[in-house]
Amino acid sequence: MGVEVRDPELERIRAVLTQVQDPEIPQLSVVDLGIVREVVRDEAGVPVVRITPTYSGCPATALIEFEIRRALDAAGFAEARIETVLSPPWTTDWITEEGRRKLKAAGIAPPAPGERRGALFARDPEVACPRCGSTDTAKVSEFGSTPCKALWRCRSCREPFEYFKCL
Amino acid sequence: METREVLFEYVLRLGDNALILGQRLCELLGWAPELEEEMALANIALDYIGQARMFLSYAGEIEGKGRDEDQLAYTRDVLDFRCALMVQQPNGDFAHTMARLFLMSAFNEQLYGWLVRSKDQRLAEIAEKALKEVRYHVRHSGEWVIRLGDGTEESHRRMQRAIEDLWLYTGELFTPDEVDQAMAAEGIGPDLAALKPAWQQKVEAVLREATLERPADGWMPTGGKDGRMHSEHLGHILSELQFLQRAYPGLRW
Repeated sequence: MGVEVRDPELERIRAVLTQVQDPEIPQLSVVDLGIVREVVRDEAGVPVVRITPTYSGCPATALIEFEIRRALDAAGFAEARIETVLSPPWTTDWITEEGRRKLKAAGIAPPAPGERRGALFARDPEVACPRCGSTDTAKVSEFGSTPCKALWRCRSCREPFEYFKCL
Repeated sequence: METREVLFEYVLRLGDNALILGQRLCELLGWAPELEEEMALANIALDYIGQARMFLSYAGEIEGKGRDEDQLAYTRDVLDFRCALMVQQPNGDFAHTMARLFLMSAFNEQLYGWLVRSKDQRLAEIAEKALKEVRYHVRHSGEWVIRLGDGTEESHRRMQRAIEDLWLYTGELFTPDEVDQAMAAEGIGPDLAALKPAWQQKVEAVLREATLERPADGWMPTGGKDGRMHSEHLGHILSELQFLQRAYPGLRW
């Protein structure tokens, strides 16, 4: 992150970005998801919004850039540039607290920390049901409706739910 | 060849491997044995297509002739492709599909794991992103190798046959040619042979747990990554992949 000096124009751009929804999970903004990396000025003083893709092939990436462009233009920031950065790669750790709260409210279990890494047949993370809170849950499928989610079910309330995978 | 041309060749290989493996997995849409697995294969295919886009875009920039990712993917002819024989192999039965994904993803895990430290910064950035995804693919496909290998008599027989059929194409992955050597000398790419022990260890551990036998290393064909002698399959893959741009050249969304 660049040095964040108080800059009213950049603050306003950040506020605009909090209103841009993620196309796949519209309850969350692109800021909540950590897709917006930073809002800075380049050497010429032009505002730059740096964004990062979640998964390499996420089909929403192009749409997200489009939506940000549209929101910036509508709010009078037509001169602001959008840049895509790959490194460091996006991680679910960048989902904000607000984002995790909204995920849960939308019936999607937020990523559980302490994820297994690498090992085969390792233990699944402990995932709490976003509806009833029970941790008596089981993975149905490692992959779900979008690249970032897996399918789970709750053994207590019997409801299926989506889990936002740790990456 | 100049360094720039060698780098172009090298990045094309990375892009083509991801593109063709992704395309192969896409063929299973509507055909996977169960719904959850269909989503899994589609998701994995998407990761690979995404990686292909990043590599091919970069290749186009290196080449500097104005070709973008789409032109490289859709308008090159068979002999201009630079993908390993492994990714060209047909999906076969589900055991073949998973065995190919496992052997190739385990290779990519080592390759990308090295490229993260490449002196070429762009390659390092793409690899860092792709590595996270590939680890997931290794786990998913490896679990299937174990489940089928250590499953019923029939599933064991099929997975053993798939591993034996595909083992033939593992040699090319670790056999460096002039392009690989030049990149290794520049610190841009790895010494391929040095990646093999870690790959072998991972693969053998899974095969053991799957109660499968590791095939012997015999003569193994090459010719995919340098475009010298592709398998017959590649042309058929491209006939589907490139159909639209062949029928309607230059068509855009």
